[in-house]
Amino acid sequence: MAAIYSLYIINKSGGLIFYKDYGSAGRMDTNDSLRVASLWHSMHAISQQLSPVAGCSGIELLEADTFDLHCFQSLTGTKFFVVCEPGTQHMEALLKVIYELYTDYVLKNPFYEMEMPIRCELFDINLSLTVQKERVALLGR
Amino acid sequence: MIGVGKIKQYSNVLDKPLSKGKQEVSLSAFAFLFSELVQYNQTQVDNIAELERRLEDAGYAVGARVLELLCHRDKGNRRETRLLGILSFVHSTVWKVLFGKVADSLEKGTEHEDEYMISEKELLVNRFISIPKDMGTFNCGAFVAGIVRGVLDSAGFPAVVTAHFVPMEGQQRPRTTILIKFAEEVLRREARLG
Repeated sequence: MAAIYSLYIINKSGGLIFYKDYGSAGRMDTNDSLRVASLWHSMHAISQQLSPVAGCSGIELLEADTFDLHCFQSLTGTKFFVVCEPGTQHMEALLKVIYELYTDYVLKNPFYEMEMPIRCELFDINLSLTVQKERVALLGR
Repeated sequence: MIGVGKIKQYSNVLDKPLSKGKQEVSLSAFAFLFSELVQYNQTQVDNIAELERRLEDAGYAVGARVLELLCHRDKGNRRETRLLGILSFVHSTVWKVLFGKVADSLEKGTEHEDEYMISEKELLVNRFISIPKDMGTFNCGAFVAGIVRGVLDSAGFPAVVTAHFVPMEGQQRPRTTILIKFAEEVLRREARLG
């Protein structure tokens, strides 16, 4: 069934601040994930320039043979993107929920420095709960 | 016109009656403000013990004022003179006003006569805070411990109050315990009162 492969969060300058993979397919080591994140940041920025219509907000969905990539950019430039199986439903909603978890458990944490890698226990716990719920919901359909 | 009531105009703001105040405050607003308080104090200190002390002092100021307000507003200007009375006041009334619910439990310490514990599954101030591993046993609940100390001190029950994480089996997050250790004179007075 449809499943999530991995989740990335990149800060406004393109640096990777959070990476989590949920399957054995496409597991990457730290350096590769950093490279991929900054690659995506650049592609996202270039796509905004390439658009024939003014006011483009960048790539939201990338569909390939073996995976889909959904991207959500917040108003502050922080990007959340998830790599999943082709045809997975409700990824947009999932990204919005993850954004809410980010604002709650990362931004309200006094020990988190802005734009630095995320090391917040509560964020990890709640993220696992959310993805777990999502997985159960997807299997159910 | 006959029968129309006139709203009393107060010339001095100190004469106005104390209002109930807004019952609901934004949790997010408080969380950000508290986060900023912790961050500000972190820049001013060198070690964790000092940071805890500062948070406690900030809470102490809140506690002293909260006692005055609640005595006037909720208790009709009556004063608590017994130990259990002031403890249940803190456990229910103060908690209800500050955090919207009564505290989870109030227990008497088994090892020492002068120790009491107020437990909470998760303190409201700690809801969004994850302590990094290298800060050891630091607990932002020191702010709440300071509030309790402020209330007890101003009511005439001097005590040492600290906040601790107590790991629970079967639960990922530890519960928080506010440990209250009363001064000698309080116990002596309590014994005298019978």
